[in-house]
Amino acid sequence: MRAYFDHNATTPVAKSVLEAMLPAYTGVFGNASSIHGYGQEARQLLEKARRQVAGLIGSKAEEVVFTSGGTEANNLALFGLVEAGKSAHFVTSAIEHPAVLNVMEELRGLGYEVTFLPVGEGGVVDPEDVRRALRPNTRVVSLMAINNEIGSLQPVAEVASIARAAGVFVHCDAVQAPGRMKLDVREFGVDLLSLSGHKLNGPKGVGALFVKKGVPLRKRTFGGHHEKDRRPGTENVAGAVGLGAACEAVQVMDGALRDRLEAGLLARIPDAFVNGDRVRRAPNVTNLRFPGIEGESLVIALDMKGFAVSSGSACSSGSVEPSHVLLALGLSPADARSAIRFSLGISNTVEEVDALIAAVAESVARLRKLSPVYV
Amino acid sequence: MSDVAPIAVAMSGGVDSSVVAGLLKRQGEPVVGLTMQLWNQRRLPEVASDAATGRCCSLDDVYDARYVAQTLGIPYYVVNFEDRFEQHVVKPFVADYVAGKTPIPCTLCNNFIKFDQFMEMADGIGAEKIATGHYAQIRQDEATGRWQLLRSADATKDQTYFLWGLTQEQLARTMFPLGGMVKSDVRQLAIDLGLPVAEKPDSQEICFVPNGDYAAFIDAYFKEQGITTDVTSGNIVDREGKKLGEHAGVHHFTVGQRRGLNVAVGEPLYVIQTNPATREILVGSGEALMKKRFVVGDINWISLGVPTEPLRAEVRIRNRHQPAMATIYPKADPIGAEVEFDVAQRAVTPGQAAVFYQGEVVVGGGWIEREA
Repeated sequence: MRAYFDHNATTPVAKSVLEAMLPAYTGVFGNASSIHGYGQEARQLLEKARRQVAGLIGSKAEEVVFTSGGTEANNLALFGLVEAGKSAHFVTSAIEHPAVLNVMEELRGLGYEVTFLPVGEGGVVDPEDVRRALRPNTRVVSLMAINNEIGSLQPVAEVASIARAAGVFVHCDAVQAPGRMKLDVREFGVDLLSLSGHKLNGPKGVGALFVKKGVPLRKRTFGGHHEKDRRPGTENVAGAVGLGAACEAVQVMDGALRDRLEAGLLARIPDAFVNGDRVRRAPNVTNLRFPGIEGESLVIALDMKGFAVSSGSACSSGSVEPSHVLLALGLSPADARSAIRFSLGISNTVEEVDALIAAVAESVARLRKLSPVYV
Repeated sequence: MSDVAPIAVAMSGGVDSSVVAGLLKRQGEPVVGLTMQLWNQRRLPEVASDAATGRCCSLDDVYDARYVAQTLGIPYYVVNFEDRFEQHVVKPFVADYVAGKTPIPCTLCNNFIKFDQFMEMADGIGAEKIATGHYAQIRQDEATGRWQLLRSADATKDQTYFLWGLTQEQLARTMFPLGGMVKSDVRQLAIDLGLPVAEKPDSQEICFVPNGDYAAFIDAYFKEQGITTDVTSGNIVDREGKKLGEHAGVHHFTVGQRRGLNVAVGEPLYVIQTNPATREILVGSGEALMKKRFVVGDINWISLGVPTEPLRAEVRIRNRHQPAMATIYPKADPIGAEVEFDVAQRAVTPGQAAVFYQGEVVVGGGWIEREA
């Protein structure tokens, strides 16, 4: 059996998405910014896609800027609110994805102030910590909707209301949210929100940034006047069409299969623990630690049996570093290294889940028998 | 996963380990390629190598190893050993230098990482044997049942000087498929196997110090750790204790070194001894470097158990040293020996290894502790 349980890393392109994209690679090839009919046909596809994205997040179409992905959307959101010659303070959480954390590190290196808020063992930010962190020059609070490693849901709406009351802009990295929770930028009350195509059964290389009307975002790359002068570059029509189709098709999963997987693993494997809050959590993910093993060994052992899971976050070599998220929850480095993330998608089946439970139980038992530290 | 236990090949991205993977695959063995990520080259940018030279542990090497694995069609993984490498190799390396020794990190890496933790990783994926691109040979002595380590067929590439720490259990599970070959054959094989690294130059330096400047590495490492290096600076003195100059730290010096002393007294001066307690570097003439007798500790007796009688063997005291005949006087507790060369040898250096050979067989080896 070969089965994929790493949907927080990426998801397969849905058939309906691919079918929607094909015309933009074949008949409709025009430049969406051209005046002629070829260009107008492409423009139509692009704007339909923009409406589809807006439909998913409850925004107006003109508030959607297409980007090359979630990382670019985050960079544009945060750098785009920096004002020339002015000091600024940024607030974010310690468990953000590197696509936010490292933007913040870069800002800090450039002389801006950054506060990284801690989280408790549940992996959820306390809105009161945000309130306490605000300073007179705080410019942006950036908080993810769902943590990619443990699935914890963050109190975006509460945090946004605190920040807004202080006149601070709010950005939300929501790339893990579609399909895992209802998403509405007005209910969230955010000014900026990042999406990524490939996390919701859309294509890689495309994403979007919601920019609330009136937010003084400045472009960060320079060229033509595309995307209402917010993001230059010839529009990736096919990618945008794919993202739009994926947004229209996406439905929020229930947690039944994840619960079956988690219960099965906890029942079959002694000394197994769930990392993070089990209630305020996305329905498709469970992150467990198995003290005494190296998560990296378990990932490889499971891959050799045909199961794709992940541990930690991939570093540049493709090997794994202890997760900054799990360390932020208060886990020891050894415990953090013993953790595995299982993230499910719409195509997973009961049979796959049951086979995975058996494979993990067998592998953990074998690895623990070899372990010099597990007794 | 097939039912046959795979062989775990340690792939560095270089020619040798790539050929190992290719050879085993061609022989029909189930092979899994693993690259150990040992050190983050971006950590100490001031001692990073010229990017064009691409040495071990670099992203270019991981790229090459992955490309080779794809070319061969074998499963391949990068495993993160950075914490363990720092603990078992880098820290002792730094501590030894500061203690006035000249350490061999490759031996520590072999003893504690490649043939220990890597073997554990191999266990984890169900591999019974591991294979590496080292130039050395392994054979089982039919009479005694003991596993033996032998010099490689290519005398210029022989790596037994770094492998003397392997235990019987490790030798029993290890394959050195290149041990019987010469380098030119290995390069030809790389071409025959269609490997994309066939023309890649050999690496020469210690992998985590790609530019070869150990003292600069230690200075940078101390700086990163917030440790001041002033504590190791001191005087350069001659045998009579007369001060000839000052130095910036004992870790800048190794026995036999001539350069970098910055003292001129007419005749060439060499480092004879480093004394970490007084932080003094003792210098003298080339003649004073010649030694006959020294103490070796932590000996791993490979081809025989701990001997009770003195034995004759050729002894090598650094990698490029031509082994010289000596008598070894073993001690049982703690396991060690005194070694006496027939003819005095230049620069017996604490921290380096002494490896004992009888013909092609590595009898054992240990760490040089001090002059006797």
